Amino acid sequence: MALLEIENLHVGVEGEDIHILKGVDLTLDTGDLHAIMGPNGSGKSTLASVIAGREEYEVLDGEIRYDGDDLLELEPEERAEEGIFLAFQYPVELPGVSMTNFLKEAVNAVREARGQDELSSAEFLQQMRERADMMGLDADLTKRSVNEGFSGGEKKRNEIFQLAMLEPRLAILDETDSGLDIDALKNVADGVNKLRDEDRGFLVITHYERILQYIVPDRIHVMMDGKVVRSGDKDLAQQLEEHGYEWIREEAAAAAA
Amino acid sequence: MSTSETEYLKGKASEDYKHGFYTDIETEKAPKGLTEDVVRYISHRKDEPEWLLNWRLKAFRHVRDRIDSGETIDWAHLDYEAPKFDEISYFSAPKDKASYDSLDDVPDEILETFERLGIPLEEQKALTGVAVDAVMDSVSVATTFKEKLKEKGVIFKSFGEAARDHPEIVREYMGTVVPYTDNLYAALNSAVFSDGSFVYVPEGVTCPMELSTYFRINEAGTGQFERTLIVAEPGAYVSYLEGCTAPMRKENQLHAAVVELIAHEDAEIKYSTIQNWYPGDPDTGEGGVYNLVTKRGLCKGDNSKISWTQLETGSAVTQKYPSVILAGDDSVGEFYSVAFTKGHQQADTGTKMQHIGKNTKSTIISKGISADVADNSYRGQVKVSKNADNARNFSQCDSMLLGPDCGAHTYPYIESNNPTAQIEHEATTSKVGDDQMFYCHQRGLGEEEALKLIVNGFCQEVLQELPMEFAVEAKELLDIELEGSVG
Repeated sequence: MALLEIENLHVGVEGEDIHILKGVDLTLDTGDLHAIMGPNGSGKSTLASVIAGREEYEVLDGEIRYDGDDLLELEPEERAEEGIFLAFQYPVELPGVSMTNFLKEAVNAVREARGQDELSSAEFLQQMRERADMMGLDADLTKRSVNEGFSGGEKKRNEIFQLAMLEPRLAILDETDSGLDIDALKNVADGVNKLRDEDRGFLVITHYERILQYIVPDRIHVMMDGKVVRSGDKDLAQQLEEHGYEWIREEAAAAAA
Repeated sequence: MSTSETEYLKGKASEDYKHGFYTDIETEKAPKGLTEDVVRYISHRKDEPEWLLNWRLKAFRHVRDRIDSGETIDWAHLDYEAPKFDEISYFSAPKDKASYDSLDDVPDEILETFERLGIPLEEQKALTGVAVDAVMDSVSVATTFKEKLKEKGVIFKSFGEAARDHPEIVREYMGTVVPYTDNLYAALNSAVFSDGSFVYVPEGVTCPMELSTYFRINEAGTGQFERTLIVAEPGAYVSYLEGCTAPMRKENQLHAAVVELIAHEDAEIKYSTIQNWYPGDPDTGEGGVYNLVTKRGLCKGDNSKISWTQLETGSAVTQKYPSVILAGDDSVGEFYSVAFTKGHQQADTGTKMQHIGKNTKSTIISKGISADVADNSYRGQVKVSKNADNARNFSQCDSMLLGPDCGAHTYPYIESNNPTAQIEHEATTSKVGDDQMFYCHQRGLGEEEALKLIVNGFCQEVLQELPMEFAVEAKELLDIELEGSVG
C-alpha cells in the first residue's frame, strides 16, 4: 500500500522567486526503502524538508499524500505525530536541553497522538538504554545536551537513535552518510537495517553509492534539476558509481527534446 | 513529589497572574508619608528596643535629606516614574497585632492566603526539610520548624523578634554590609523597615534544612521594606530561599528590601530568590511592583563562600545587584541569575564582585530573556583591589530575545588594580533559532513546548544551582511565563 505519494510537486522559497522542485513524482510503499540520489543542488534535501513541513519552502503546485491523506495541510509537529521522521543532515544543538528530557517529551508527544499512554520515567529510561545499545550509541551521549559538543559522527548516530526511539512509519534520512568514515557509516547502516520493518517506509537521500552497499534499497530514484529523472532497482547505483550522472542528464535532455 | 511541593511558589504573570488576589483583613496602616512620627510609630508598634529606634532615626534623617535634595537614581537603563515617597504608607499590620506569638493567633484569612499561595504554615503540612517564615505586608505571620532548628542552635525568626531576643547579635551586624548611607533605597529601608528574616548559624553547624521566607504585599498603597540578616559563624552552612508575590493593583507598589549576609571563616551561605511580584498589566504597563533592592554579602573570613541564585520573573521594574565583598583570603563569590522580562517589564540587574583578599574567586552566570516590549539589562562590576593577588573572575552573560520589539543590554565594568588578576568575560545575544524550533517540531513538539524546552535549556546552568526542593517550581514558573509568549 502506498505510504507516501508525491505528484507533480513544485516548490519555491517563501517570499522569493526561486523555483527548486519542478514537478516531482514519487510513490513509496509501506515496508519499502527507496534511495534518492542526485548531484548537488538537484533538490533532494528540499524534498525532505518539504515532506517534514519546513516553513521557508512554499509549495507552488502538486500534492503530497501520506497514508492517502493530504499531508500539506498538517503542521510540522502534526506530521511528526503522524509518524514522519526526518534524520537531519545538519542536526542543530540545543544547549542545556538534556537528551533525556528532549526525547521523553518527543516520545510522549508522539505516543499521545497515537492514543498510547505516556511512558513512566522508568519505562522511558529503560527503553532509552535498550535502543542506545541497539544502535551502538555511547550511553554517555544520552546524558548530555542535545547534539552539544557531539562529533559529526555522533550527531548522525544520534539521529538514527532518535529514529529508533520514535518508531516512525516514514523515515527520511537526509544525507546521513555524508561526512562519516567507513566504520561510522557501517554502524549507521547497521542501525537502519535493524529498523527496517514491513510497517515502515524509508527514503534514504544520498550523494554516494557507498551507503547503498550496506543499506540495500528496493528502488533508486535519481533527481536532477528539481525532478526525478530516472528510477530503477539497486543496480542503478552501481551504474552511477561507474559512469557518473552525465549520461542520465544527456538522456533526460534527449527525452525532453 | 507531594502536592504541597509542586504547588509551592507556582505563579503566573501577565494576563492571568495567579497570585493577584487580595485578602480582606482589617489592617491598621501608618498615615501616608515619611516623617519622624511614622518612624517612631513603626518602632513602637514593633515594641523595639531603644537602640534600634535610634538607629532608625539616624537613617531617617539621612534619607529625608536625600529625598528633600531631590536625589533620583537615573543611571540604570530603566524608564519609570520615581516613587512618591510621601504618598506611601510605610507600615501595615493586621489590626491589633504587630506580631503573633503562635500560629493559633494568626487570623484564618491570613492562613488561607498563604494556603492559596501554596505555603502551608502548619508544620505537618509544610514541605519536609524546609522551614518557612511568612511575611505579609509589614508583619511576620509564622515561622515553622522553630523547635527543630533550636536543637542545632540555629536561630531563624522574624527580624522583629530577633531584635528583641538577640539584640547583641543583631546590633553587631546590622548595617555593617549595607550601611544606611549606601543608597537612597537602602537608606529608606533602614528608616522604615518592617519585617524580614534573621538567621544565625552557630560555629560548625550545618543547618539541617532549607530556610525559606515567603513575602507577600497585600494592602494597597503600602510598600514592603523587609530586612534580612544572615550570619554564618566559622564552618557553618546555610541555604536560604525567598519567594515573593503581590495582588494585582493599578498603582505601583514599592518594594525596597535590604539583605545582608556575613560568612565567617570556612562558612558558606547559599541565598536563592524566586521573585514573582506582580509585573503590571501586560498590555498597558499599568501597575506592578517596583522591586528596588540592595543585597550584599560579606565573605569576612578566609575560605568563606557566598552564593546568590535568583530567578526574577515578576515586578514592573527590577533593580538589584546582589553582590559579594571577598574580604577573606581564598573566599568565593558566585552569582547565578535568570531574569525574564515580558509585557512592559524592565529589569536592570547584575552583581558586583569586590576582590580584596588573596586568591579570591568569583563566578557570574547571567541569563536574560526578553519578550514583547520588555527591556532587560545586565550590569555587573568586577573590582580587584591592589592586594588581591591571584584573584580570578569568570563572567558569562547571555541574552535571549523572543521577538523583534524587546531589548537586551549588557554593561560589564571591570576594574583591576593587581596585575596577577585573571578576569574573563563572555557575552552572547541570541534569538531562538528557526532551525532549533523546526528540529523540535520535527520531533513532535508544538510551539510552546519547543520554546519552553529551549528557554529552560538556556537557563539550565542557573536553575541547577537552586535547591532541589525549588528547582521544579522554578522550571514551572518559567514555563508559565512562557505561555502566551509565542508570537
